[in-house]
Amino acid sequence: MARILEVAGRKTLSQLDYVGRLNIQLWATLRGMRAALPLVGNRHRWRAAVHQMLEIGVEALPMVALLAICSGFILAMQGASELRRFGALHYVIDLVAVGFTRELGPLLTAIAVSGRSGSAFAAEIGTMKVTEEFDALKVMAFEPVEFVLAPKYLAALVTVPCLSIVANLFGILAGGIFMFFSTRLGLLLYFRDVLNSIALRDVLAGLIKAVAFATIIAHVGCLEGLRVRGGPEAVGRSTTMAVVRSTFLVIVADAIFTAIFYFVGKT
Amino acid sequence: MSLISVRDLVVEYDGRRVLDGLNLEIERGQITVLLGGSGSGKSTLLRQILGLEHPKSGSVSIKGTDITACSRADLKTIRRSVGVAFQSAALFNSLSLEDNVALTLREHTALAPSIVDLIVWLKLAVVGLGDFGKLHPQELSGGMKKRAAVARALALDPEILVLDEPSAGLDPIVAAELDELILFLKEAFQITALVVTHEMHSAFRIADRIAMLFDGKLLAVGTKDEIRANQNPRVRQFLNRVPANPMHTPALASYLERYVQSQEAKL
Repeated sequence: MARILEVAGRKTLSQLDYVGRLNIQLWATLRGMRAALPLVGNRHRWRAAVHQMLEIGVEALPMVALLAICSGFILAMQGASELRRFGALHYVIDLVAVGFTRELGPLLTAIAVSGRSGSAFAAEIGTMKVTEEFDALKVMAFEPVEFVLAPKYLAALVTVPCLSIVANLFGILAGGIFMFFSTRLGLLLYFRDVLNSIALRDVLAGLIKAVAFATIIAHVGCLEGLRVRGGPEAVGRSTTMAVVRSTFLVIVADAIFTAIFYFVGKT
Repeated sequence: MSLISVRDLVVEYDGRRVLDGLNLEIERGQITVLLGGSGSGKSTLLRQILGLEHPKSGSVSIKGTDITACSRADLKTIRRSVGVAFQSAALFNSLSLEDNVALTLREHTALAPSIVDLIVWLKLAVVGLGDFGKLHPQELSGGMKKRAAVARALALDPEILVLDEPSAGLDPIVAAELDELILFLKEAFQITALVVTHEMHSAFRIADRIAMLFDGKLLAVGTKDEIRANQNPRVRQFLNRVPANPMHTPALASYLERYVQSQEAKL
């Protein structure tokens, strides 16, 4: 029994230490973020942020769109198979529109970005650690947080919400295509019903989640890279951990936000 | 006054003492070689001098500023007067050689791009890489990478040049070329250099002064002739390349003692 408690205590402390490190890194990055902003910051950092935006955002666009289309069809078909029995096929529109705007759009985007960019952040920063590039930055009088982390975080903050909106559009479009083939409902009418079924609050809830997911993915990816000790095999482990941990934390954060919005919405 | 002054430096990792009350003065305009076997504390001392780690106690002063206690802004100012070439070269793989050398010039000075380009070419030409500026680090041989790292270290015309194991892993001819380059830099730019190495031939070729480390302590400091005449058994062992008797190492002796005790306890 004592052994079980000891192991549980050690694991808990380790997880708390991890969350603490994440918070310290987040604040340090927020302090260094000004350097990555356009006009007021350093143009080299802004250029690096734009480069990251292209990598995280533009290059992930086809994948996110395809994921959203598939999920849109799945959601519409699963919903229709149940709702048809009650003669409520029309509610598929609400299901797809609200489901994507509040939930699936940000979540699918987060999973795609976590797999593509979270692991890439960990690999890049881990390799920089192994090859002493981080030390080189310090001795060249650069701030590694400002140089490496801030552009990545800024890029994630901009691109993940944008990708979420794209995922929403494609997911809802997939629902519209399904409705057209199953009920002959025209796309214009479908989109009118979509606009009637979602409220601004739903869109904001989705965007708030997207910002939180971007923060988790960027910081878990960077922290896993910074924790690399040893050689190339440690870099491999860090990329795996970046995806596993960020996906897990994204889903935990999603549950927390959904609960908050649910209870706030009820009052 | 010495350009670099290390006083009573104590460094511990997890309670294990790596540097034990070390004192060292590095004079302006001289090449000082830090000599010592693996695990003697050379790299740890170097990291302290570069301000990459904090000591348990003691101080490291560069140009009269104690870098263990100064502000981040002061440390940055000091770092701009120190050029460092790491053992692994630590070139940024995503940048060409030109961009690696130009990085500090572009970010720490207000020089016009054409002037930066000219300085970059000059620095690369000094190390014999004038025609290779467009290449990326992964396209270079080990010796070229080391020379490129020296070119990057020279970018801001530093007062102090720090070279970590410049000839490690290189063939004798390339290693000798690097030695000549270090001597040329001292003659041409009156640079103060700190070179960490365990290559005896290289050390005695380039050094004005040699500091020999053993077990976290300075065994001997002096000119080449003083070191050659030193009668300390450890210094003689290192100079004469006498292998240590593995049976006399404290770790093995204590292991054997514990093993014997455990066997006796079983009986």
